Amino acid sequence: MPATEAITGRYTTIDLEGRPHRIYFEEAGQGIPLVCLHTAGSHSSQWRHIMNDSAITDHFRVMAFDLPWHGKSDPPEGWQNEQYALTSDGYVAAIMGFVAHFDLDDAVIIGCSMGGRVVIRLAIEHQKKLRAVIGLEASDHPSPWYDDSWLDLPEFARGDFCAALVSGLAAPTSPENFRWETLWHYYQGGPDVFKGDMHFYRTDSEFSGRSGEIDTSECQVFLMTGEYDYSCQPHNTQRTAERIPGAEAIIMKGMGHFPMSENPQAFREYLLPVLDRVRA
Amino acid sequence: MLDIVSPILEKLPQRVNLDSNLRHLGRHCSTDFMIEIGETPFHFEVKSGEMSPVLRGPFNMRTWKFAIRAPEGVWSKFWSPVPEPGFNDIFAMTAYGHAKIEGDIRPLMTDLRFIKEVIALPRGEVS
Repeated sequence: MPATEAITGRYTTIDLEGRPHRIYFEEAGQGIPLVCLHTAGSHSSQWRHIMNDSAITDHFRVMAFDLPWHGKSDPPEGWQNEQYALTSDGYVAAIMGFVAHFDLDDAVIIGCSMGGRVVIRLAIEHQKKLRAVIGLEASDHPSPWYDDSWLDLPEFARGDFCAALVSGLAAPTSPENFRWETLWHYYQGGPDVFKGDMHFYRTDSEFSGRSGEIDTSECQVFLMTGEYDYSCQPHNTQRTAERIPGAEAIIMKGMGHFPMSENPQAFREYLLPVLDRVRA
Repeated sequence: MLDIVSPILEKLPQRVNLDSNLRHLGRHCSTDFMIEIGETPFHFEVKSGEMSPVLRGPFNMRTWKFAIRAPEGVWSKFWSPVPEPGFNDIFAMTAYGHAKIEGDIRPLMTDLRFIKEVIALPRGEVS
């Protein structure tokens, strides 16, 4: 990789649910739009390896944005008097608002964890606008792996706690430097942001009753989950794929919950064939 | 397995107390907890990041804040050099029902990274 990477980062202001939001996004490559959604409590840096991979950027315009409140995207004005909670409607509005803002036709959406969950709803409701969705660590319904009462702990306001909470979700077989880089993104999260994202991930993302409505001849669906993921366990992904005719579940050996950032070399071996099929 | 792990756990305080990074991570940690391997409890105590001697049970009315309980075979997998899926983290083990965390989990959560790293220290040494 060259010392100066090909990724560019810019800001744009987008109206989301009637309020202007200053959104940070990164971009690399040309071709089919590939919009990347980060995990809860993290930000778009998770996608740097995808954006630095010429096998991808030769064919795709890769764009990754930070959700409001995350990374370098600001919360909306007045945030100081609000409690952040990501809703399903708000999440969809942010993604499709970004797609519309840049006139991204026939885009591919790839998202991980809560991003892998929301792509199911995108494929249900926006399948004619999308070429494909790729859900990483993806399922169509919440499957919480810890008790609700934890969410009231003040520790959720601390980035180091959020990192420690999810640290085991990265596979022990992933390179140590990339595992810790992935966790650093959690250290960076604003207070209560990870907890706010859990509103969507744990309680406002039940799509299993509708996922069968997806027409995969309009919008291809690929669901890719690491065998070490205990948040979205492989069987959750497989059951989801069974509910979507034409969807494909791929279980990744030796991989955890953050494939694009925890083990980019191993992940590209799984992703490139999927992207070839998306292009075909 | 207990005969192998007991001396390893008994030496943990020395290793933790000589590890400047762990001491820094745990500098605000003062708690005590049980690690139960099958029927055998081990009592861990930390005071401002300094570990007291690990005591092997059985105990009579010993207090503790939280306990992590799992069968011997589960801990063997947890401490294997490269744990298999479902056994690489205490939360992986609870998510799959291999282990239970009981008691007051607040002190565990308050110093989660420190406690996780202390518990994982025997990885690769128990076999």
